[in-house]
Amino acid sequence: MSQSILIDGIEVPFKSNQTIMDAALAANIYIPHLCHNPCIKPHGSCKLCTVEVNGHTTSSCTTKAEDGQKVINNSEKLNKARLTITQMLFIEGNHLCPTCEKTGNCTLQAVAYHLGMLDGHFPQFYPKREVDASHPSIMLDRDRCILCELCVRASREFDKKDVFAIAGRGDNAHLIVNSPSGKLRDSDIEQNDLAAHICPVGAILIKERGYEIPIGCRTFDLRSVTEIDLGDVKLSEKSSHHE
Amino acid sequence: MSKLRVATTSLAGCFGCHMSFLDIDERIIELLDHVEFNRSPLTDIKHCDPCDIGLIEGGLCNIDNVHVLKEFRASCKILIAVGACAINGGVPAMRNHHPLSECLAESYLNGIGVENPQIPDDVEVPLLLNKVHPVHEVVKIDYYLPGCPPPADAFMKVLGDLIEGREPLLPRTMLRYD
Ligand code: SF4
Ligand code: SF4
Ligand code: FES
Repeated sequence: MSQSILIDGIEVPFKSNQTIMDAALAANIYIPHLCHNPCIKPHGSCKLCTVEVNGHTTSSCTTKAEDGQKVINNSEKLNKARLTITQMLFIEGNHLCPTCEKTGNCTLQAVAYHLGMLDGHFPQFYPKREVDASHPSIMLDRDRCILCELCVRASREFDKKDVFAIAGRGDNAHLIVNSPSGKLRDSDIEQNDLAAHICPVGAILIKERGYEIPIGCRTFDLRSVTEIDLGDVKLSEKSSHHE
Repeated sequence: MSKLRVATTSLAGCFGCHMSFLDIDERIIELLDHVEFNRSPLTDIKHCDPCDIGLIEGGLCNIDNVHVLKEFRASCKILIAVGACAINGGVPAMRNHHPLSECLAESYLNGIGVENPQIPDDVEVPLLLNKVHPVHEVVKIDYYLPGCPPPADAFMKVLGDLIEGREPLLPRTMLRYD
């Protein structure tokens, strides 16, 4: 028997074990998200994907779809909360987009555009965070890290290496590197690892590729996060089809 | 209809926002049917009369920036933070990673090619703030116009909306942070 949920009144089918996020992506419905990537186990930390399910708020990337659920996604109230979360992510780090190689390819920036963010609203933290440029081909600029743990999970689940972890709490939470010196140079990371490419922001960058694509011609300069994200799903569906 | 009075200033910015504004080119003639410029680098008027709109480029890096910003807030009905530096400190805020004394030493004492090293202390030189700050941390800001710099069309859109008595609204295509 086919099962379905209602997202903003639209009937969306799902398979058992799918989350609300999985079902939404498969149905071409965009739920804003930052710490979720369909290739990696969900983590539920950024809270951007918060939806209302039968009147309760929950992270759609970690909540299993259940037959008959009524999900509210694209409401003014939820988008306002998502905007506030996004503003906090900006002010807690050092996000000076004009100086950042990721600009135009950055999911945080694209989500902020999607939510119509004009300013950071809160006072800037300007935290002091360590840059690790020790590796010959991979750069780690913690100023822009949003602690989404995508690199942590990609390294553990995909690359089978455990290069990254988050240490510390609250204001002190920061990305650490698993190596005797704590530097990337002495870790197991390699340029072709998924962990070196999955960062949604400009915290992990491949060296010597700077400005290969001019600003103005980059991913989110040309298309919105909604289009890119749903397009990605279609691509991954295609590849699993060919397997 | 009487013209809207507009003041503009560049605080800790690079004048790029003003240059981008001037990229409206000949549309400035049409704009001048609806607005008149008051205190601004474009007019060289040194202090604000009561104004309808104030455009603030740049964040706050010294005490003079704070005085000018407060004059703008006191004189302008609507204050708009223009560009990345006004909104989050921008490039000048990159110095916030370093103690002010180190920045001064690097520029005036130990920097490459510095001759007769000395830190400027003339009374005419405004004292630097310890950190660079965005303008909304000091005064209330009514609207934000992001971009580094915001495109000329975005200036036209926001001013056009205000001239026609509408709430300014940037279309997605004009919303950029870089
Ligand atoms: S990581 Fe993204 S949001 Fe942060 S500075 Fe770079 S482009 Fe901007
Ligand atoms: S470095 Fe990038 S991928 Fe890793 S936790 Fe930070 S933001 Fe996420
Ligand atoms: S995407 Fe679901 S909590 Fe981050």
